[in-house]
Amino acid sequence: MAVLVVADVHGNSIDDSTHKTVTAAQAIGGDVDILVAGSGVGDAAADAAKIAGVRKVLHADNEAYANRLAEPLADLIVKVAGDYDAVLKTAATTGKNVMPRVAALLDVMQISEIVAVEAPDTFVRPIYAGNAMQTVKSNDAKKVITVRATAFKAAGEGGSAAVETIEAAGDPGLSAFVNEELTKSDRPELSGAKIVISGGRALGSYENFEEYIFPVADKLGAAVGASRAAVDAGYVPNDYQVGQTGKVVAPELYIAVGISGAIQHLAGMKDSKVIVAINKDEEAPIFQVADYGLVADLFKALPELNEALG
Amino acid sequence: MKILVPVKRVIDYNVKVRVKSDEKGVDLANVKMSMNPFDEIAVEEAIRLKEAGTAEEIVAVSIGPDKAQDQIRQALAMGADRGLLIKTDDTIEPLGVAKLLQKVVDEEKPDLVILGKQAIDDDSNQTGQMLAALLGWPQGTFASKVEKDDGKLNVTREIDGGLQTISLNLPAIVTTDLRLNEPRYASLPNIMKAKKKPLDTKEIGDYGVDVTPRLEVVKVAEPAKREAGVKVESVSELVEKLKNEAGVL
Repeated sequence: MAVLVVADVHGNSIDDSTHKTVTAAQAIGGDVDILVAGSGVGDAAADAAKIAGVRKVLHADNEAYANRLAEPLADLIVKVAGDYDAVLKTAATTGKNVMPRVAALLDVMQISEIVAVEAPDTFVRPIYAGNAMQTVKSNDAKKVITVRATAFKAAGEGGSAAVETIEAAGDPGLSAFVNEELTKSDRPELSGAKIVISGGRALGSYENFEEYIFPVADKLGAAVGASRAAVDAGYVPNDYQVGQTGKVVAPELYIAVGISGAIQHLAGMKDSKVIVAINKDEEAPIFQVADYGLVADLFKALPELNEALG
Repeated sequence: MKILVPVKRVIDYNVKVRVKSDEKGVDLANVKMSMNPFDEIAVEEAIRLKEAGTAEEIVAVSIGPDKAQDQIRQALAMGADRGLLIKTDDTIEPLGVAKLLQKVVDEEKPDLVILGKQAIDDDSNQTGQMLAALLGWPQGTFASKVEKDDGKLNVTREIDGGLQTISLNLPAIVTTDLRLNEPRYASLPNIMKAKKKPLDTKEIGDYGVDVTPRLEVVKVAEPAKREAGVKVESVSELVEKLKNEAGVL
């Protein structure tokens, strides 16, 4: 039995979530190989080879994979998938975009966002925004899976897998990259951060995020998140969104500020180790999941918190 | 341009779901059902393209029980031109839905199919991508902006870390993200008018597609509950507890 992990590549390095997806692959069993596809990603392939327990790394270097366009990337994965019993990729934007396309090309029903491996063909995944956990057994010969990385521990370093260069599958030319506008931030990336501080609609404006949330985030070395309500109101960009329709995070410490705690938001953060809620409404549902609740006006509490952190 | 918009009947966004005691699923008896919110965004986007003169006709299609006519009627009341219901009382997986939609596309020959990026019941996030694969079409998923540019479609996508804009050949598949638009409410006169718009009904067997589920649901369970902790009185008590009790600072 052999399992393929399709790495998440950023620039010329491997995203840490790949290590976690490798752990999910190891739970399925058999040999684990990693596919690194991109343009000028030799270093990323070398990094992937250092993940403990990996048999080999397949390195496909081609301009067609530079911008992670779904059609050429799916064709490559399908071409490589023949040798494997399961193909896994982190359920981040690229995995969510590409893997269902791969599954349909292979005539397989994808298993989305697994959080546990019960058996090589049986997996647990959240449904209804995490309000129910579904255990499914796949009857497909080949499994196509996306993995909720926060549910798995990162595989260690210390491996020395061989890197094998493979040929590109070609570009069907159905779509073309135009441009990318990435949020510039010196703060850690939301999905992998150890501490996350999120603001809700009560913040009232982007300026208030700037004045009240960002200084505390910087003092804690935290990533900044937001509720859907704050994103919908236009205070912060969508990639700040934590919840069912945004990012799922599970940091050591999650601080929810001015967030009432709609079930769609809880779906994105309830697996955090320690949850702090600061809200002036003492009936807010967020307090039902918070380890530490502070009933206070955020515009007073946050400057105090900033002060107390020294 | 002709646009096809698939819509799904799902448990309403505001309903707190309950897992059934036999762990076979969630309780759907006497629960409010609605159009999947991302599908409403898809219908709205199609209507805006029509209002802008880019599209001429919008067809709304649903695969589900008889009652899914309500969701098609809602799409018609918002501004879609006609509807198609493919009737089934079974749960059809995204792969099966994509195969049925492929047949609908073969018949209707749309230039664009706009779908919600995920349904809020099974949270699969697969159908649009699968339909694109089966048709051999390009896909613009998680769209926050859609613009026709000569023979191409420019789609701005919500990605980790920001936005990506890609240009798609037509015909194409688009799936909607939250910020694409704010769906309109159907006005009472339009709800009345929608009752007269054509709504075709077919049986799932009419399509000759094998929709046998590939995934067997072993069980559906409650998630692990999180207990409420303590209330602290002040910021200084909070910081003290985070440092000395929780050990996370």
